[in-house]
Amino acid sequence: MSEPTAAPIAPSRPGTLRLGVLSWQVPLRAGAVSLVGLLLLAVLVAVDLSHGDFQIPLSEVVSTLLGGGDTGQRFIVLHLRLPQTLVAVLVGLALGLAGAMTQTFARNPLASPDILGVNQGAAVGAVAVIVMTGSTGNDGGLPSGLLQQVGVPMAAFGGGLGSAVLLYALSWRRGIDGQRLILIGIGLSFVLTALTSYLLVHARIQDAVSAQVWLNGSLNARGWDQAWPLIWTLLALVPLALLLAHPLNAQQLGDDPARGLGVRLQTTELLTLLTAVGLAAVAVAAVGPLSFVALVVPQIALRLVGGSRPPMVASMVWGACLVVTSDVVTRVLLTSVPAGLVTSAVGAPYLIWLLLRSNRRIST
Amino acid sequence: MTTNPTQGTRLRAESVTVGYGEEPIVRNLTLAIPDGRVTTIVGPNGCGKSTLLRTMARLLTPTSGSVLLDGGPMHDLATKEVARRLALLPQSPVAPDGLLVRDLVARGRHPHQRWFSQWSRHDEEVVTAALTMTDTAHLGERPLEKLSGGQRQRAWIAMTLAQDTDLVLLDEPTTYLDLAHQIEVLDLVTRLNRERQRTIVMVLHDLNLAARYSDLIVAMKDGTIAATGAPAEVFTPRLLDDTFGLSADVVPDPRTGLPLVIPISHRSSGLPDARSHVSHS
Repeated sequence: MSEPTAAPIAPSRPGTLRLGVLSWQVPLRAGAVSLVGLLLLAVLVAVDLSHGDFQIPLSEVVSTLLGGGDTGQRFIVLHLRLPQTLVAVLVGLALGLAGAMTQTFARNPLASPDILGVNQGAAVGAVAVIVMTGSTGNDGGLPSGLLQQVGVPMAAFGGGLGSAVLLYALSWRRGIDGQRLILIGIGLSFVLTALTSYLLVHARIQDAVSAQVWLNGSLNARGWDQAWPLIWTLLALVPLALLLAHPLNAQQLGDDPARGLGVRLQTTELLTLLTAVGLAAVAVAAVGPLSFVALVVPQIALRLVGGSRPPMVASMVWGACLVVTSDVVTRVLLTSVPAGLVTSAVGAPYLIWLLLRSNRRIST
Repeated sequence: MTTNPTQGTRLRAESVTVGYGEEPIVRNLTLAIPDGRVTTIVGPNGCGKSTLLRTMARLLTPTSGSVLLDGGPMHDLATKEVARRLALLPQSPVAPDGLLVRDLVARGRHPHQRWFSQWSRHDEEVVTAALTMTDTAHLGERPLEKLSGGQRQRAWIAMTLAQDTDLVLLDEPTTYLDLAHQIEVLDLVTRLNRERQRTIVMVLHDLNLAARYSDLIVAMKDGTIAATGAPAEVFTPRLLDDTFGLSADVVPDPRTGLPLVIPISHRSSGLPDARSHVSHS
């Protein structure tokens, strides 16, 4: 969907890897962009770990990570901060990949889980659990115990998946059309947002406050309970996504050409959507609806790498960079602001720009 | 007329009825595609010619009857298996922005690839050959949206060529092209047939181009076949009137001797010759 001017960098010729009957094209430019992203991510993670109520110099952070540091530093870095930073990284990986896949599938840069109603569906599920079970006297925080560890994430996951199934069913007219998918997704988002508001209005004030904390998308006090489901989901779905890349390259050409090339279109598209929704729903379940990461990052990665669809691996790495950055911002600069607001502040102007651009193209 | 006179046929439609909704668009149609020839389906808008082509490429499933590929029902074959034997270029395909010509052509190898073998030496050779044959090798590093209509269509044809199938189906390959580019594309199609022994089935709108470039014409009307045969047998004033509702003179092309269809405009109906044609219908 990018205009010729929007992708000024011609992608370099891919390398070729051949080993007996095995053969792949190696996208060198995407690899380089991912590598740069990884280096940046390492720096960001170190910065993130060094900041907090108690500042630890960067050099100490690195030596602690490598096995040095004193007991206090080890406790703060490895036990208090590392789990939250790890969740930020994992959420970024998941959201970046989820966005790349939905945008590829719909052949449209607007198609991301937050626009299509997946995040909103997850929100309905999570808020329903928070509101209906009631806060157990933890001062407007999240529900505690088993409910927090299992109930809210499962409800969010179920809500996200449910809304995606509904979206797919409503959009199906002898095939899935990207434009129709997005329009129906936007409509669905409104309905789901209204449902969340309804739940909040009828909630006790304490529960409403807890729900609001979750809804803002916060990385605060996230740890291993959130990390593990993310790790398992990524381990299962990233390989699937990479396998889908090959049929998706053909799917990009349009429904008829893709089927002419032997792509099992319905299977490919359904698996792509499920993978993306699974990733997005688990991410949202962990930290709340971090808006715009899945929308913005794949398009930035596409502009860095060039080509005809958002690159998967680069989108993951740069997604992690964005989420960790917003964690750093909330730790260092704006200590009372949830990370979701930071990603929105970056993402919303981008969305407006994207809409303006597509408007301009329609009018020309 | 090109290859073997012993008319084999790898692709045939047997009593095919197919439609999008309740109403069938193609009714009880039987057609054998001669191997190694250029077969062109013509007919008025809405006669079902694209529907027939799409059904023969397995994009649509017949409600009754079947399409046979190499003697077996095509719809029993896996999508990928069909794509290894038959290539389809749909009507005015749109590539995503930013897609380079060489990447488009490389997609043609998709049915031959597996996840562990995505770019073999053979893939590379076939793609290079397809680029060379279609004269698009020098455009390889250019994005499709930067090309002219004719160049773009040649790139898409290169993709179907990279698919390396004996059967090539083209749905209105000349739509939206100016006349010079239409000729360029159809000359290329002829070369695929003559030099690479590809069996070509295409849908064309322009009757004169159909006459010029086809061994066999299939004229369709209301979902059935009105006539089949060599261009000279099919393109007669009588049939053009019956099938297209078109009053036309048919004269031999001075250069090739093939039939040349000259439509008679109603604005010139003052001419006695035109009036006599109209009164026939």
